[in-house]
Amino acid sequence: MDITFVLEKFILVAIIFGISLVIAMYSTYAERKVAAFLQDRLGPDRAGPAGMFQPLADGLKMFMKEEIIPTNSNKWLFMVGPGLAMLTACIGTAVIPWGSPIVFDGRIIPLQVTDINVGILYIFGVVSLGVYGVMIGGWASNNKYSLLSAIRAASQNISYEIAMGLSIIALLLVTGTMSLKEVVEQQHGWHWNVLYQPLGFIIFIVCSFAETNRAPFDLPECETELIGGYHTEYSSMKLGFYLFAEYINMFVSSAVMAALYFGGYNYPGMDWVLVHAGTVIAPLIGAGVFFAKIFAFIFFFMWVRWTIPRFRYDQLMHLGWKMLTPLAIANIIITGIVIALIEKF
Amino acid sequence: MGTSVFYIVAALSVFFSLMVIFSKNPVHSVLYLIVTFFTFTVHYILLNAQFLAVVNFIVYMGAIMVLFLFVLMLLNLNKDNEPLKSPLVKILGIIAGCCLIVTLIGSLKATALSNPLLLQNPNLGLIKNLGKELFGPFMLPFELSSILLLTAMVGAVLLTKKEKV
Repeated sequence: MDITFVLEKFILVAIIFGISLVIAMYSTYAERKVAAFLQDRLGPDRAGPAGMFQPLADGLKMFMKEEIIPTNSNKWLFMVGPGLAMLTACIGTAVIPWGSPIVFDGRIIPLQVTDINVGILYIFGVVSLGVYGVMIGGWASNNKYSLLSAIRAASQNISYEIAMGLSIIALLLVTGTMSLKEVVEQQHGWHWNVLYQPLGFIIFIVCSFAETNRAPFDLPECETELIGGYHTEYSSMKLGFYLFAEYINMFVSSAVMAALYFGGYNYPGMDWVLVHAGTVIAPLIGAGVFFAKIFAFIFFFMWVRWTIPRFRYDQLMHLGWKMLTPLAIANIIITGIVIALIEKF
Repeated sequence: MGTSVFYIVAALSVFFSLMVIFSKNPVHSVLYLIVTFFTFTVHYILLNAQFLAVVNFIVYMGAIMVLFLFVLMLLNLNKDNEPLKSPLVKILGIIAGCCLIVTLIGSLKATALSNPLLLQNPNLGLIKNLGKELFGPFMLPFELSSILLLTAMVGAVLLTKKEKV
């Protein structure tokens, strides 16, 4: 291993980590602004121009607040919970291709931390680990409502993971590879997977709403029934980490959806740009397009949150098991039949 | 470097699996078991079996252990409400444990005699090769095992259904 390779990866990881934290930070601001827009209000506008420094003020407030650890809680696990939530939220970005490789001075620099040949499954694994932060935190709080909420979160995540996994299988039938880099490269020139897998995409996006615990699936933090949800006992930055992890999750799942279904960094006319802008600028433009797609998805997440009311718990289970799962299985069968017919004729 | 990493990870797996047995709190046991499974995932990666590693990650760490944790958290087992075990049960436990040790030592002796198995194809664990093996020569056992799983699932659904009068 040469030192430039290690340095390259280190810088890339640092940049991606920084970007995901900043995006998560400004998602909190964007969420409040979008909510204000949808409800015909102004939203935060005091801290800085148009309230731009509001996230900094909120972060400072979180850090400065008194930290309370309940007496009868399991102290070690109580602290592990938020950390685990942040960890599982952040490691998902490792396999996402942010842009086509930069060729600089004869050296190819891929804009992806690692291209493992089971990339899609890796993301799926990280998603399935995401529930531990909530479960451990909820249990360690030694509070009935926190525990109930943690258990809700666990059953919700497990139920929707099934439909999500099945929708990914249909996608894999189309792409024939699990490497995210190859999946994105295949979508070059309007071969976006959403055009081949519209039903799979709808299932996937509904499931990712459920996996990130966003409205209308935010039952784990259903205030009217569970006080605050799994983080009822949390205060100060530990609470901040839980809330922050949700926004990072939203960012990562937006990135995954943009990469799997909406062509990743591909955009119309990118070959022309590559010829005219050079091999350093063009990939960066591609990365910019990718981020624009991600922001569109993040906006969609917020739009839905402030439009649709929360599900009831039995409706949630009904949707997950009796509608999405059979639909996803039907999608696999139809995709399989169509692919077999295309290969035959 | 490969062997030293193996020994470190193997020591961790043994340590965490011992912690599963020795921790008093059942929830802690399950959490240690999750960490043990994570060390297994690392073992699979060291063996270049990426698919198995990630499936172990998803199925065991992400799904089965969540269900374990789920049940244990609901039961809320504590030392106070643990039923008292009679001496007879304890003696039986000791005898069973000794039998297990004898069996394990016997099997370990058998492995020491044989030569270490060398894989003909070190890339067998990659998803493409594994898929070709499973859907080629091992098609029938693979499909049969899926029927086995389906049977178990149907059985579970039947057990939870209330009898209609």
